[in-house]
Amino acid sequence: MLTIGMGALLILIGYFLGLYFFDRAIAGLVIAILVWAVLSLIAYFQGDSILLSMSRAKKIGRDDHPRLYNVVEEMKIASGLEKMPNIYIIDDPALNAFATGRDPNRASVAITSGLLQKLNRDELQGVIGHEISHIKNRDVLLMAMCSVLLGTIVLLAWYGSRFLIFGGMTRSRRSSSSRGGGQGQLIILVVALVFMILAPIMAQLIYFAISRKREYLADASSALYTRYPEGLASALEKLGASTGQLKSANKATAPMYIINPFRKKGMKASDLSSTHPPISERIRILRAMAGASFNDYDQAYRQVHHGGKGVIPAASIAAETVPIATMRLEGEAAEPNEIQRARETSDVMWRLSNYNTITCDCGAKLRVPPNFKEPQIKCPHCGRTHQI
Amino acid sequence: MPVAGYVIIGVVVVLLIIFLAIYNGLVRRRNQVKNAWAQIDVQLKRRYDLIPNLVETVKGYMKHERETLEAVTKARNLAQQLTSAGAGERAKAEGELSSALSRLLAVVERYPDLKANQNFLALQEELTSTENKISFSRQFYNDSVLRYNNQTQMFPSNVVANMTGFKASEFFEVTLAAEREAPKVSFTK
Repeated sequence: MLTIGMGALLILIGYFLGLYFFDRAIAGLVIAILVWAVLSLIAYFQGDSILLSMSRAKKIGRDDHPRLYNVVEEMKIASGLEKMPNIYIIDDPALNAFATGRDPNRASVAITSGLLQKLNRDELQGVIGHEISHIKNRDVLLMAMCSVLLGTIVLLAWYGSRFLIFGGMTRSRRSSSSRGGGQGQLIILVVALVFMILAPIMAQLIYFAISRKREYLADASSALYTRYPEGLASALEKLGASTGQLKSANKATAPMYIINPFRKKGMKASDLSSTHPPISERIRILRAMAGASFNDYDQAYRQVHHGGKGVIPAASIAAETVPIATMRLEGEAAEPNEIQRARETSDVMWRLSNYNTITCDCGAKLRVPPNFKEPQIKCPHCGRTHQI
Repeated sequence: MPVAGYVIIGVVVVLLIIFLAIYNGLVRRRNQVKNAWAQIDVQLKRRYDLIPNLVETVKGYMKHERETLEAVTKARNLAQQLTSAGAGERAKAEGELSSALSRLLAVVERYPDLKANQNFLALQEELTSTENKISFSRQFYNDSVLRYNNQTQMFPSNVVANMTGFKASEFFEVTLAAEREAPKVSFTK
């Protein structure tokens, strides 16, 4: 629905531009749709690789980080996804994660090393469940198309308004002398100008609204897959407490992250101009869930919002009851604690940069850089020599 | 006269299209159920493979838990024999194995040396994850069965299902008391 609204904005922009510059609405429409099509094709075929290389993400396999790999595989199974997504780690202390890929068979999930060491298994499961459901619900494609749509609208409106302001005088004089419709021309000019200014703002708001809706849906799906809303709730709590901004994020890619990478600390609740719903609200909804189904999420949402419309599309609400899992098999205490997780993650990051790690008998870890040519190395701590 | 003929042909064509659409939908759902069942199978097999490793690693540390270890091995062998049985019978054997395993992992608490063993920790992560994968694939299988069964029983798709021989599938449910009451496994304290 909202997507159609955005498309309509694009068409209107094209209409006005065409009407004004070519005296034919259709010409503007063709330009608008052409620009949109070209940008869409780029986003469709190159979007994920652009995003992943921009955020300097490193691909990992099963042996690099078995726990992360296993959690992703668990969520892949729970969601019924057919193909295992690629897994990437971003070397960044900020806490965030995102999913990308044009279709469910060509998807990737990425997580920052900071988040990976902060979360325990249940929380990691919740976050990965959220990302996998972005893939499963095809949000990646939807948001990519919407952001291209938004980009096109902003682009056209920007150039359109500049031309209207600076080229308008000569243009309208020529038109009026040839046609004698000065009054009509002026009205079109004013309407077009106002529209050019308003359209990007409206498109932006619609875009944010779509993005927030998909976030709620992904939260609900994550609760459904894991049968354990508390995992995601507690992960979001940790995410909300952090203030670090992700270095490599940018505006176009923001909706794919688990939390808004640009948020400021203590951002006001229910802010219209954000890609993500406020974290505190998402946590409250998850904690208010009586079961793990979409229906339960919808009810929890209405409870938090004191009635009103739900947020889950009616078609996906089934009246089945899905209990929350209370019995978790993994023992929390047997899990690596935060310090162990930090070591584990940094080991992975060093290895991914082709460093060789040698653990000395004295307990020191030697990181041997890839361009180190000597056949052996001395431990700087105890003086033992190691073969490489 | 030709008008009535066209109408009849039109109605038949429309009915045929509806029939085919429903039939294809049923096939898709049934394939999804089969696929989901295969997923459970993969994970259960993985568990059969992990258990001998686990028993081998743990044996040296656990001198006094012979019974627990034997129970796990026995449950595993029994479950493996029943791989070609139906969903209901199989679920029971697998439930038995799950509870034997959780009993074993519960006594690990008493062996701090074991908990420091790297090999055991890696195995434990694999086993934890496999248990999760089993329950997630069971979850997905049951969801798929529910959707498929609904379609074979609800009008109008039940008409097509009866004509072309689609039968309702069996749920993979763990009805064993021991499994439902299985204690939360924690490896310390």
